[in-house]
Amino acid sequence: MAKKTATTGWGLYPTIAAAIQRAYSPRDLIESAATPVLPQGNCRSYGDACLYERVVSTLPLKHLLDFDPERGLLRAQAGTTLEKIIRFALPRGFFLPVTPGTKFPTLGGCIAADVHGKNHHGEGSIAAFIEELDMVLADGSQIRCSRNQHPDLFWATLGGMGLTGFVYAAVLRLKKVSSAYVKQRSIKSANFAETCRIFAETQHQYTYSVAWIDSLKKGKNLGRSLVLLGKHADAEEIEARDPFALHNDGRLSAPFLPNFALNTRSMQTFNTLFYHRQLKRSVDAIIHYDKYFYPLDAIQHWNRIYGRKGFLQYQVVVPFTDGEAIMADLLARIARRGIASLLTVLKTFGAQNEGLLSFPIAGYTLALDIPLSDSSIVPFMRQLNKTIVEVNGRIYLAKDAILEQEDFAAMYPRLERFKEIKRRYDPEHRFRSCQSDRLGIT
Amino acid sequence: MRALILGAKSAIAQAIVERLEGYDFVLAARRSNELEPFAADLRLRRSCQVDLIDFDALDFTSLEHLPQQVHKTCGEFDLVVLVFGYMGDQESGRRDTEEMAQTINANFTGAAIALAHLANYLENRDKKGGLIGISSVAGDRGRQSNYLYGAAKGGLSLFLQGLRNRLATTPVHVLTVKPGFVDTPMTQDLDGLFLVAPPAKVADDIVRAYEKKKNVLYTPFFWRWIMLLIRSIPERIFKKLKL
Repeated sequence: MAKKTATTGWGLYPTIAAAIQRAYSPRDLIESAATPVLPQGNCRSYGDACLYERVVSTLPLKHLLDFDPERGLLRAQAGTTLEKIIRFALPRGFFLPVTPGTKFPTLGGCIAADVHGKNHHGEGSIAAFIEELDMVLADGSQIRCSRNQHPDLFWATLGGMGLTGFVYAAVLRLKKVSSAYVKQRSIKSANFAETCRIFAETQHQYTYSVAWIDSLKKGKNLGRSLVLLGKHADAEEIEARDPFALHNDGRLSAPFLPNFALNTRSMQTFNTLFYHRQLKRSVDAIIHYDKYFYPLDAIQHWNRIYGRKGFLQYQVVVPFTDGEAIMADLLARIARRGIASLLTVLKTFGAQNEGLLSFPIAGYTLALDIPLSDSSIVPFMRQLNKTIVEVNGRIYLAKDAILEQEDFAAMYPRLERFKEIKRRYDPEHRFRSCQSDRLGIT
Repeated sequence: MRALILGAKSAIAQAIVERLEGYDFVLAARRSNELEPFAADLRLRRSCQVDLIDFDALDFTSLEHLPQQVHKTCGEFDLVVLVFGYMGDQESGRRDTEEMAQTINANFTGAAIALAHLANYLENRDKKGGLIGISSVAGDRGRQSNYLYGAAKGGLSLFLQGLRNRLATTPVHVLTVKPGFVDTPMTQDLDGLFLVAPPAKVADDIVRAYEKKKNVLYTPFFWRWIMLLIRSIPERIFKKLKL
């Protein structure tokens, strides 16, 4: 009856015709839980995790409900974007405790994916800073859960990809900061082994760390990168800058580029320029948070640059044991296949949390874009997944569009426990997505 | 400065509130307690005073006391933004008396009575103030697809025009707003809409037009030209068009 709209995740693949209903109140959530549905935020996950034939958009539920400046506790509705939270928090001396590489996801989406940032090695994923969830369940009941109240539901929901119920609101513990700036140290690394060594040597001194890898380099230059380390700058370190300067809206907008525009050669040029722009081995700088955390947000629709066919984002984590060799092998295979990823990012994760479908486990994590240039890409990626299973690694569900059921089950050993809890709170599988159907969760 | 927003649940109303700087707000709507999250958000981010009051445009006798009620419980106010409206169902509105009455009463009768009393209040203050009434491009010409709603909104446009004329010598400014299609809950299930504008864009136009003391605003701007075209089609041709 309701009209259908073609929807995609951020990777523009796949496309699903969806009836989209917007929720303005808890009552709307309660009513829409009566038939199969997926809660949807700002569609910043890449594949089909945010897609289903019937979705309830939580974007109108974007209000801040309560704030305790003493403890930095913010209660906000699920559709509130991180961008809005920053605008509120920063002038009051607070920042997001964990942030992904874009400020446009909703709080609800961040909870569903249990997102991580560049500080996972020391501070964990966003779950560590979520104190409470106010939820609407499949039977229409409203329930508050936390580490103490209904902890089973709490830990199934953090990382649970929206499959346990609607999150109406959540309490997020913000981080106290003394400025809007990050003190960055940028270190050039000649190859993968050196990158890993820099991580190991420096991480305990820095809150944030990430390596931007030139993924097209092979042989002795494999894994050549810029390692970007950072910590929040103190008030005295930022000199004359406005201490709590907020970000501006992105003004540039990317067009759809034809599929041949980003080939290995143009990408090689870009990566080489990026790498060699820095002449010294190590450079220190004071950088605004928007540039440090969200460089791609400056270009609206940057996801179009890989063309209309879209792209896969591939994020994988493998344990530290043999991790260096496994990652090097993975990078080599991808480089050999001639896959031109504009941005390839390496980070390390700290210990795993209690989230049942949470992605991070201790180890190295690599993320790259895989343009869907031809039909052989998907089988190739699935082949890589088999290797990941063998080494006890896993794929990030928020970025996945192609994972197969058996590989998924092998990667997430807590799946059975998750299903058991889901059966308890949602026996008829009202909450489901294209991804959950594909992976056999629902 | 304090603004009274009638129909504060609407997406346009909330976008206008977002855009109005330096004001405290009285948010009026049916079941106004449902506006609590919106009010909490405003208080937190903008440290302004926000009051909620229950308001039903169909309860005509209550409208007489509205200005005094707001004045007493929330304080003096100088801007009224009337946003509420009821789209109704044109199809059932052909036969269903209740549907007809509700469409006319919500969009015109209730709106006009509320505006009349609020205009008196603002005029008696004898200070700078304003009335912003959200009408619709649908009120510019009767079309078979929504003449019931259109007639009521057309009536509202005329009423606002008269008020503007009456108050022209006072410090109270009257702005008539005629939005085209706006992406709101009211339109979310309608098919065949074109040139749909986001509420934030419409609100931006409205507040700017009010600040510049414009009289009639079409928003987005191109609706002025679309409606000029539609109004200029001779009736003998227009009556045969499927609009």
